[in-house]
Amino acid sequence: MLSLCRATGALVLFAAQAILHIFTPPYYGREILRQMLRIGYFSLPVVGLTALFTGAVLALQIYIGGSRFNAEGVVASIVAIGIVRELGPVLGGLMVAGRVSASIAAELGTMRVTEQIDALTTLSTNPFKYLVAPRILAGVLTMPILVAVADTIGIMGGFLVGVNRLNFNASTYIANTVDFLQAGDIISGLIKAAVFGFIITLLGCYHGYNSGRGAQGVGTATTNAVVSASVLILAANYILTEMFFSA
Amino acid sequence: MKPKIELRDVHKSFGAKHVLRGVNLSVQKSESMVIIGGSGTGKSITIKSILGLVRPDKGEVWVDDIRADKARGKQRDALLNKFGMLFQGGALFDSLKVWENVAFRMRRRMSANDARDMAIEKLRRVGLGPDNADLFPAELSGGMQKRVGLARAIADDPEIIFFDEPTTGLDPIMSDVINDLIREVVVEMGATALTITHDMTSVRKIADKVAMLHNGVIQWTGPVGDLDTCGDPYIDQFIHGRAEGPIEALR
Ligand SMILES: Nc1ncnc2c1ncn2[C@@H]1O[C@H](COP(=O)(O)OP(=O)(O)O)[C@@H](O)[C@H]1O
Ligand SMILES: [Mg+2]
Repeated sequence: MLSLCRATGALVLFAAQAILHIFTPPYYGREILRQMLRIGYFSLPVVGLTALFTGAVLALQIYIGGSRFNAEGVVASIVAIGIVRELGPVLGGLMVAGRVSASIAAELGTMRVTEQIDALTTLSTNPFKYLVAPRILAGVLTMPILVAVADTIGIMGGFLVGVNRLNFNASTYIANTVDFLQAGDIISGLIKAAVFGFIITLLGCYHGYNSGRGAQGVGTATTNAVVSASVLILAANYILTEMFFSA
Repeated sequence: MKPKIELRDVHKSFGAKHVLRGVNLSVQKSESMVIIGGSGTGKSITIKSILGLVRPDKGEVWVDDIRADKARGKQRDALLNKFGMLFQGGALFDSLKVWENVAFRMRRRMSANDARDMAIEKLRRVGLGPDNADLFPAELSGGMQKRVGLARAIADDPEIIFFDEPTTGLDPIMSDVINDLIREVVVEMGATALTITHDMTSVRKIADKVAMLHNGVIQWTGPVGDLDTCGDPYIDQFIHGRAEGPIEALR
């Protein structure tokens, strides 16, 4: 219990320090771009596929559930709302957590173990500015874009199943999607995505930066990063949903 | 004369492990000091506490007229600008090319072209041709990586240079090349040097003065010429590499 409090405190301090360094110069523009590419572009395939199949399954499941009270018409709108508000950001976040938290933790952990982080300091470069800040900033900026793409693909997955498998009318399906989706749905989903991007990169950096010694230390850091990022995403998702619900 | 670097009663523990137990050491300007001692005796920790990479639990670290262990912000930046460091494992940034590693510190105040030219000049200085500049560190052999690390350490003409086991893991010929390079840059640049090694050939080649770290304190320190005649039992055991003596060998 005591150690949990201490770990939380250390994480909060780490986050505060990281945020401070995001907003003060010098800025490493090239690093930020490189990290955005790494987080966003290279996560597209896995996040896109996840969204595609989720949208497709969602359409089937809602149809089965919906047909019990004869309401097939709601498939399009529920797929859209479900994907945009909830499944796009959460599943996208979890997939990216597995990919990006792990690779950031492994990278920074290796840099810690091979003294590259110490070397940065002796070369008058603050590791928080050069390593941590660009990764977290890239995470916060990139995740909403990634999730917006995932949402589109997810809705398309539902559309494909709806039109080809359930024989819905294509233009009615699109009309139902567009009519029922509100700006609030989309915005709340994208805010979630930004928060998840923060969590994913923060936890990757935190565990990597504080990695223990040797290959084992890096392995532990990587595992801890993925597990803690995933749990925090789900917890933050509940809190955010509660906030949007009350608002 | 006031020393360039001075450690006063420096202590450092990791958990229950009391690594440094009151290290006192002073290095004069333009002097080449070598620290010897067994593995795990805290030689690297000593150097890292001068650089502020490790915070001593107790004691003082002075560099010129500045309390290095207390320096923060601008003062610490100014202090770090005086140092160059060659790490034990090289610690090259593996996502950057060789020339970007060497020019890392200068990159922010120079154009890419100037920085690259400067890096190539420094590489030449450590015996590496320009064709290595665009390789990544992983594409180089261990000895070449050490040389790149050396080029990076001396790139900005530091006043003080630290070398952490510069020849460990190298063959005897490559070791000799590195030793010569170290001696050369120290003499040419007039830098103050602090080298860690347990290679006695290196010691005799590089050192003006020698300090022996054992049991968390400096057991002996003196000019390199006194090594063989000082009669200190620790030094005697170490330079002759004997298993019997006051230094307990773990087996
Ligand atoms: N970050 C650390 N955490 C815990 N123990 C450490 C740490 N760094 C060094 N040590 C311990 O301190 C001792 C001295 O380390 P070091 O200075 O690297 O030895 P060496 O004289 O071989 O350079 C070793 O026993 C090592 O295990
Ligand atoms: Mg060492």
